[in-house]
Amino acid sequence: MGYHSIVCVKQVPDTANVGGDAMKADGTLNRAALTAIFNPEDLHALEAALSVRDAYGGSVTAVTMGPLGAAEVLRQCLFRGADRGVLINDRRAAGSDTLATSYILSRAVRHVGAFDFVFCGRQAIDGDTAQVGPQLAEKLGIVQVTYFERVESFDARTVRLRRNIGNGWEIVEAELPILVTVLDTANVPRPCGARRVMHYKRARTNGELGQEVAAAMKDADDEARACEVANRIERLRAQRLLMDQWDLDDIDADLAWCGIAGSPTKVHRVQSIVLTKEGYVEIPPSEDGVRRLVHELIVDHTLS
Amino acid sequence: MIEPNRKGEVWVFAEQEDGHLSDVSLELCGKARELADQLYVPMAAVLPGWNVRELSYRLIAHGADRVYHLHDTRLEHYRTQPYARVMCHLIDKHKPQIVMYGATPIGRDLAPRVASAAKAGLTADCTDLAIGDYLDKKTNVTHDNLLLQIRPAFGGNIIATIINYDRWPQMATVREGVMRLGEGDPGRSGTIVDETVEFDDFDLAVKLIERHRTERTVNLKGARTIVAGGAGVGNKDNFQLIHDLAGALGGAVGASRAAVDGRFIGKEHQIGQTGTTVRPALYVACGISGAVQHRAGMEESAKIIAINWDKEAPIFSVAHYGIVGDLTKVIPMMIKAIKERA
Repeated sequence: MGYHSIVCVKQVPDTANVGGDAMKADGTLNRAALTAIFNPEDLHALEAALSVRDAYGGSVTAVTMGPLGAAEVLRQCLFRGADRGVLINDRRAAGSDTLATSYILSRAVRHVGAFDFVFCGRQAIDGDTAQVGPQLAEKLGIVQVTYFERVESFDARTVRLRRNIGNGWEIVEAELPILVTVLDTANVPRPCGARRVMHYKRARTNGELGQEVAAAMKDADDEARACEVANRIERLRAQRLLMDQWDLDDIDADLAWCGIAGSPTKVHRVQSIVLTKEGYVEIPPSEDGVRRLVHELIVDHTLS
Repeated sequence: MIEPNRKGEVWVFAEQEDGHLSDVSLELCGKARELADQLYVPMAAVLPGWNVRELSYRLIAHGADRVYHLHDTRLEHYRTQPYARVMCHLIDKHKPQIVMYGATPIGRDLAPRVASAAKAGLTADCTDLAIGDYLDKKTNVTHDNLLLQIRPAFGGNIIATIINYDRWPQMATVREGVMRLGEGDPGRSGTIVDETVEFDDFDLAVKLIERHRTERTVNLKGARTIVAGGAGVGNKDNFQLIHDLAGALGGAVGASRAAVDGRFIGKEHQIGQTGTTVRPALYVACGISGAVQHRAGMEESAKIIAINWDKEAPIFSVAHYGIVGDLTKVIPMMIKAIKERA
């Protein structure tokens, strides 16, 4: 019994704290200067899934798509109570727009298995599009309930949810399975559990183990390394600390709908922001300066 | 998805609630009219609802040549799936080349669902839309007269121009206030085309149980003067200064995203690409560094005063008056100077 939830999470650059070195001289992004964080609203999606499981039983599986380093957000999910983490990692997924991303995620969700809920944060701070949730729901052929704030009632396969619609709220009723996008006002994400951190900090994906072995055994030959990787994989698997890592073949994704080929929108031009200093009237920060400014605004009828 | 269709119309999704058309729908009609004229094609609006036929005349006044109108009790209140069915059905039937939606809670729920079903591209929160050509360097093919979908990206450090040359329609969402709301010409003529759409059980699976609408408590768009605070205000207590100055000037209170994220003030006060776009007579930016997303929402203000301790802050690039200094000292001085004149 219980409900099986899948939570889609994303590792994003911390766009809210972009430093002066975020842009290179040629106007391209200096990704190394940006710290990667757990997309804030996705933490609320995770919390929503965990609270359903805590109340009614079931499971929570976290899914993310990204580079090997994105496994960090999966560990964060495990620290907070998720049962399983799945990384979708494939170079052929690079350049995916929201449509291709939602297609790949839909294949991943199907591959995880049967589910009752898919939870997503409303939007990610690196694009603010809020498109992947609804697109994923459409690809899965299930209904969507966006801007979720709280569960009103739960009756076997029927749920009533309250959604915030900006200028008010509404309660909708839907039959499971459904996809829900979660607002940051929906809940307070729980902190990481100390015991869970102690346990799951060693959780790894295959790819991460490969990187660690390559770094630790620089002088060894390929065969010795492969052997060590296989050993470590088996050890973690036995301890239930091996996170799933799937590529596009593993999830039976049709490559025509993935990556750049699967993305209808293309970036035509990117301009870095060049500030046009046209000059302004500098007002000294003094009583006299401010008084003259107010006078000027009254004279030119800006202030009535 | 539909094939590129150069004869296709330019469309606007006409959003209405309880028989009131949203401003953004009319703003988009103005922009769509402009784009349609450049492309020499008709401009049309899609108006789903129940008993809303008379709203068609306002859409026509604002530039629509045609209004595809649906009258169905099941469309009385917005629900994702029936509305998505309407849009998908009509897109398939009439093959428009461009479809625009307001980036409202409804538009942002509907447009991606339609885009996914239609397997078409969609660009969120455009700050400008234009028609232009694109040369694909790989194939050396030039695609003429595409919709250039322009938006800041990546924390506002870049402005990206997005195009979609093969899987049409080209779709975009635009925030309220970004495009100008025209006067509308009641004398314009246009055609109302009555459409019907079949719904299946899945379309009607989500039931609306209860709904509550609250009137907008913050009217930033209509304000003649706006005083806005940003991260530089420092904390929620200091933000009272912003309220005080707005009170002295008889203006509204705005905020940058950083101030909203810092919980100095509610989201409804946010100005910028993902907030409200404003064009007041006077805009006073206090402790706002001026990321491009914020500037996109206020730079057309008639007069801009920037108060910031950092003289390198980008906000000064759009300011008419700049005060480099500590806002906790400068704002009280301003309030005093205003009271002296009153």
